Amino acid sequence: MGKLLVWSLFVLMFFLHQDFWWWEESYLVLGFLPIGLAYHAGFSLACSVLGWLAIQYAWPEELEKFADSDDKSSHP
Amino acid sequence: MTTLIVILCYLLLLLSLGFFSNRLFRGTSKDYFVASHSIGPFLLLMSVFGTTMTAFALVGSTGKSFERGIGTYGLMASISGLVHAAIFFLIGIRLWAFGKKYGYITQIQFFRARFESNGLGYLLFPILVLLVVPYLLIGIIGAGKVIEPVTAGAFPLLFTDPSAPPWLGGIPPWLTGLVVSLVVLTYVFMGGSRGAAYANTLQTIVFMIMGLVAFVFIIDGLGGLEKAGKVPIRVNESGLVVQDFKFDKEKGQLLENETPKVVGKVLDSANANLTDQQPHFWREPTTVAFKKKNPKTGELIPFERELGFPFLTFVTYLFIPLSVGMFPHLFQHWLTAKSAKSFKLTVIAHPLCIMIVWVPCVLVGAWASGVLPPGIPPPAVLSAMLNLLVGDPVLTGLLTAGVLAAIMSSLDSQFLCLGTIFTNDIVVHRAGQNKFTDKQIILIARVFIVVIVALTYALAMLAKDANVFDLAIWCFSGFSALFPVVFAALYWKRATKQGAVASILAAVVTWMYYFHLSGYGGEYFVGPGIVPAAICFGASSVALIVVSLFTSPPSTKTLGKFFPEIDSTS
Repeated sequence: MGKLLVWSLFVLMFFLHQDFWWWEESYLVLGFLPIGLAYHAGFSLACSVLGWLAIQYAWPEELEKFADSDDKSSHP
Repeated sequence: MTTLIVILCYLLLLLSLGFFSNRLFRGTSKDYFVASHSIGPFLLLMSVFGTTMTAFALVGSTGKSFERGIGTYGLMASISGLVHAAIFFLIGIRLWAFGKKYGYITQIQFFRARFESNGLGYLLFPILVLLVVPYLLIGIIGAGKVIEPVTAGAFPLLFTDPSAPPWLGGIPPWLTGLVVSLVVLTYVFMGGSRGAAYANTLQTIVFMIMGLVAFVFIIDGLGGLEKAGKVPIRVNESGLVVQDFKFDKEKGQLLENETPKVVGKVLDSANANLTDQQPHFWREPTTVAFKKKNPKTGELIPFERELGFPFLTFVTYLFIPLSVGMFPHLFQHWLTAKSAKSFKLTVIAHPLCIMIVWVPCVLVGAWASGVLPPGIPPPAVLSAMLNLLVGDPVLTGLLTAGVLAAIMSSLDSQFLCLGTIFTNDIVVHRAGQNKFTDKQIILIARVFIVVIVALTYALAMLAKDANVFDLAIWCFSGFSALFPVVFAALYWKRATKQGAVASILAAVVTWMYYFHLSGYGGEYFVGPGIVPAAICFGASSVALIVVSLFTSPPSTKTLGKFFPEIDSTS
């Protein structure tokens, strides 16, 4: 369930990245930050939160065990 | 002169770090190539971030924003935060696990084993070298562009042929490129991947802090944040593009022009409401006619520039950041990780680090449009702003050292990785593992690194006027086109060596075709604004899938090795 949530959010983020709704807007947020740039700076913060969620709910624990296991029978 | 001394002090500090990391060097090839898998979370974040952010991030993003506006951030930075982090998570950790378990040092070793093909390595080697070289070039070219303006006037009798008249006496790009190459070569030569990781960490910290300091001083020079927001060029009621402000260097302050200075004229725009708007702050395409001065004759030459981005270009740019999945130097950094847990900090903090570096650069580029002549070369915009707005030579030196740090933190990993793949995938692979001692293997890598540095330097001098951003995009496009190979190798059991070869060939042929059409490194879009990387990626994916389905699957032994039971739980 956690993994599904993380990967669903990941796909959603791709759509949210295409902010055509502010394409022609140039007004400034807080008097200095153009809205298009402010939105994408917020998007970067959201990517960081998504990374945290991925680590919490979709971390590949078994990969680490696999890498550290002694079985190297199939060494190249 | 003071500025130059500060920069030289920083370069000396880096050299001493090289000597220090050489003392920690364990003398084995594994330590030289992948630091004996000993790098923890913070060093991994700094080295991975420092490696992915080069002249492209600081010099290129500022220049691109100067040319096209704030859309530059969404185009490359915010999508990279999403795609890079996902690749570290999906590709990086998995490759690290296979590398650690089976002893791989290079990408090619992994691909040879996964696709049961020696020939694949020989096919991939020249392609990886071909694609890394433009990445190296942008570092050396970028360094040259940054130093010349900030050292202008230091040696007026010695350097009499500047790139632009105001930079008379500045350190010429050929000399900067030579010094930067030698410094990076020295610490990579001595410390290998451990030296590169330490140097990258120092350099990443330096360029992030200095970038923020530069931003604060540029804001101060422009009279505060709110005033800075009014600085970019504006379209007046007649469709003329005007600069409302000028920076008075003697008074050290931004002054409003009595009458707005006309610098261009709008030729075409999809935006109906242009009057009193600042085109650098929106993303709708707007074509403007400007004039620039010929540095030799002083004659004014007309040129056109498209501000903003077509929406289709913006959407298809998402293929560009896929390149990190195939960067050979990043693969090597992943392999230095002590454990999979070392990746956690990188996955979370990488998008934030991108934001911290790119938002100020993109803003400075947009603001620069209002105080610099429109014809200034885009890679020189950042240093020109520092030179104009930050008067103190010590501070300018520190800030320039920060820019050099960003450049060198990528150059070192790229030089090292080319030495590593040549030594391991060509020389040792052909001769046999037991043919050379560990010391001889390290020596071969070092000699190859020296040769590559010399070649890259020569090429950089030939391509010294290339646009740093555009050249980087071509490099990234090539690696993006190869991304289906690594993804399929890790996640699709049915991917075969014939499929991988077909995919690589499709990527190379389509990339070379578009690279040729671009005039070898210029900005180029297909049709209504599609980036070539999207088409190269599509061709490579189709070739991989179709050919794999029509050829025999890999052996059960290989599938057992690369698709063990971990799939059900990871």
